[in-house]
Amino acid sequence: MKTTSIASLLLTTALTFAVTNVASAQDKTVKIGALSDQSGLYADLGGPGSTLAAQMAVEDSGLAAKGWKIDIISGDHQNKPDIGTAIARQWFDVDKVDIIVDVPNSGVALAVNNVVKEKNGVYINSGAATSDLTNAQCSPNTVHWTYDTYMLAHTTGQALVKAGGDSWFFLTADYAFGAALERDTSAVVTANGGKVVGGVKHPLNTPDFSSFLLQAQSSKAKIIGLANAGGDTTNTIKQAAEFGIGKGGQKLAALLLFLTDVKAIGLETAQGLNFTETFYWDMNDQTRAFSKRFGEKMKNGAMPTMVQAGVYAGVRHYLKALDALGGNPHDGVKVVEKMKSMPTEDELFGKGEIQPNGRTIHNAYLFEVKKPSESKGPWDFYKLVGTVPGDQAFTPLSESKCALLKK
Amino acid sequence: MQALYAQLLVGLINGSFYALLSLGLAVIFGMLNIINFAHGALYMMGAFVAYFLLSLGGINYWWALLIAPVIVGIFGMILERTMLQWLTGLDHLYGLLLTFGIALIVQGVFQNYFGSSGLPYAIPDQLKGGMNLGFMFLPIYRGWVVVFSLVVCIATWFLIEKTRLGAYLRAATENPTLVRAFGVNVPRMITLTYGLGVGLAALAGVLSAPINQVRPLMGADLIIVVFAVVVIGGMGSIMGSIITGFALGVIEGLTKYFYPEASNTVVFVLMVLVLLVKPTGLTGRAA
Repeated sequence: MKTTSIASLLLTTALTFAVTNVASAQDKTVKIGALSDQSGLYADLGGPGSTLAAQMAVEDSGLAAKGWKIDIISGDHQNKPDIGTAIARQWFDVDKVDIIVDVPNSGVALAVNNVVKEKNGVYINSGAATSDLTNAQCSPNTVHWTYDTYMLAHTTGQALVKAGGDSWFFLTADYAFGAALERDTSAVVTANGGKVVGGVKHPLNTPDFSSFLLQAQSSKAKIIGLANAGGDTTNTIKQAAEFGIGKGGQKLAALLLFLTDVKAIGLETAQGLNFTETFYWDMNDQTRAFSKRFGEKMKNGAMPTMVQAGVYAGVRHYLKALDALGGNPHDGVKVVEKMKSMPTEDELFGKGEIQPNGRTIHNAYLFEVKKPSESKGPWDFYKLVGTVPGDQAFTPLSESKCALLKK
Repeated sequence: MQALYAQLLVGLINGSFYALLSLGLAVIFGMLNIINFAHGALYMMGAFVAYFLLSLGGINYWWALLIAPVIVGIFGMILERTMLQWLTGLDHLYGLLLTFGIALIVQGVFQNYFGSSGLPYAIPDQLKGGMNLGFMFLPIYRGWVVVFSLVVCIATWFLIEKTRLGAYLRAATENPTLVRAFGVNVPRMITLTYGLGVGLAALAGVLSAPINQVRPLMGADLIIVVFAVVVIGGMGSIMGSIITGFALGVIEGLTKYFYPEASNTVVFVLMVLVLLVKPTGLTGRAA
């Protein structure tokens, strides 16, 4: 009895020693920072749900069983670039964060992009829309996962112009995101023979859109393009219905609409809207299984938005790359290069790849919001209208202005 | 020119919310000497109560207009009894800080349970649709908001300035000891007044539920502008806050037409200008 316990003690000590030795040779500690709008108009589409998605990705990666130690912290950038960069700096300098994920709000996203590059971290952006992240302002440390303004313009925008919507008036959120979305969509409209007859820029987080809607109405444009997001979009759509805009022959184009927005507007008002997303929870068995697990951990049983799905998929791919590297996650450029060298594949977005400019390529889907009579459950909102393959939906490398491509 | 008329009308509609909210603030400040920073949160609660009444109890908009202000008003009176009454005689700053804290807690609780993107609340069937006025399409509901708020504002003004109850109230704020000597229960009157002010905020919340999303932060987004309205109008002046509320709605509407980027700041620019010329506000009395 005694000899066995001594033997087992010796064995344990030897094992521990061996494991510690490996750990010091190959650092396997990772710290993930989920930076999002935790309380404002984008909190439901990213926010706490994005942190949960990152946690689920870590659990599903199975790396903990292989001796990795992975922690997640979260922060609230409050849609202010200065707060976002301050948190990012503190995370890198004090908390030793290796990777920042999510970051909705293009203004904050572009500011954080510079910090991550300066600190040589990894940046997987899921929540921001601006196509500049992988274009003029691309960085060797950044992967832009879920969607961008170029994609939205070339799917929803193009489909609407081809369906006869050849004159546009824009209602644009007055910051980096709105400007990028209006720019990219205008280009598509004019390239397809349509014209932009006017537009108005509104401040972020505006409660009342009636003045802007009146201007849109008097412009007589066939399409009123909404280059805004989250709470701004839901308020615009709700108030547009009130002013009889759909009935007057003009059509609303919600260039960016999330699952949680449709929930907030209600099907009664939102029905018939066309828009694009790269993920919907009810696409197939795999997405449903993930979403069910996600919903069980969320308040109100909310299904994941494409932003939250993108955080999950991005973190999964990142961890795969780390596993392949065998350790040492602290050199951001090296990790991102590894991520780009591996094809992406996960249950939520299917097969894809990360282009040299950091853009992740996967399918995009055109959806239409169901009628209340067609909806079978609390989150049954979308009808699939069409699928756009990734290589047609996102910026072709030949058009990209990214400096990384010139090497 | 037509577009200009339309913007004037839209401004008036927004002005009715400013007027209703600043009226409640003015009543509370004038009678209780409390700068009620929780006003936005209570406005939000009004909208939420309307939503709950409809979705849980099937109680429609018209009943909500009556019931929600009463429920939120009672909540306000509990706040006054349990917390605010201890601040009588203290500096304004204490009331401001306490009510600000209350606002943060209430908003936090709602946000925790209902998220930030909001809940849908439909326009009641009787007020759906709109009229073509020639220069604009006026949703009937918006027209209703203007008329209804005007009536409520004038009724409140009448209650406080022209009735015996109002006279007691005004006397009680001037000299509580003397009024008490006449056998008037001053603390109860103060509590009811706070309830009234809070009820006005909740009423504005119910009015706004069908046109804005019912969101936890709907009050926080509005309250700063409403405070600016009260400051411009003159703290505590009832008529001042009503008129300034409508006027600023119109000015904001015009800014949205001529220079939309400034529409969120124009009210504060005006506030600075007014305070530079007349530190007590347009109709305020010197303290």
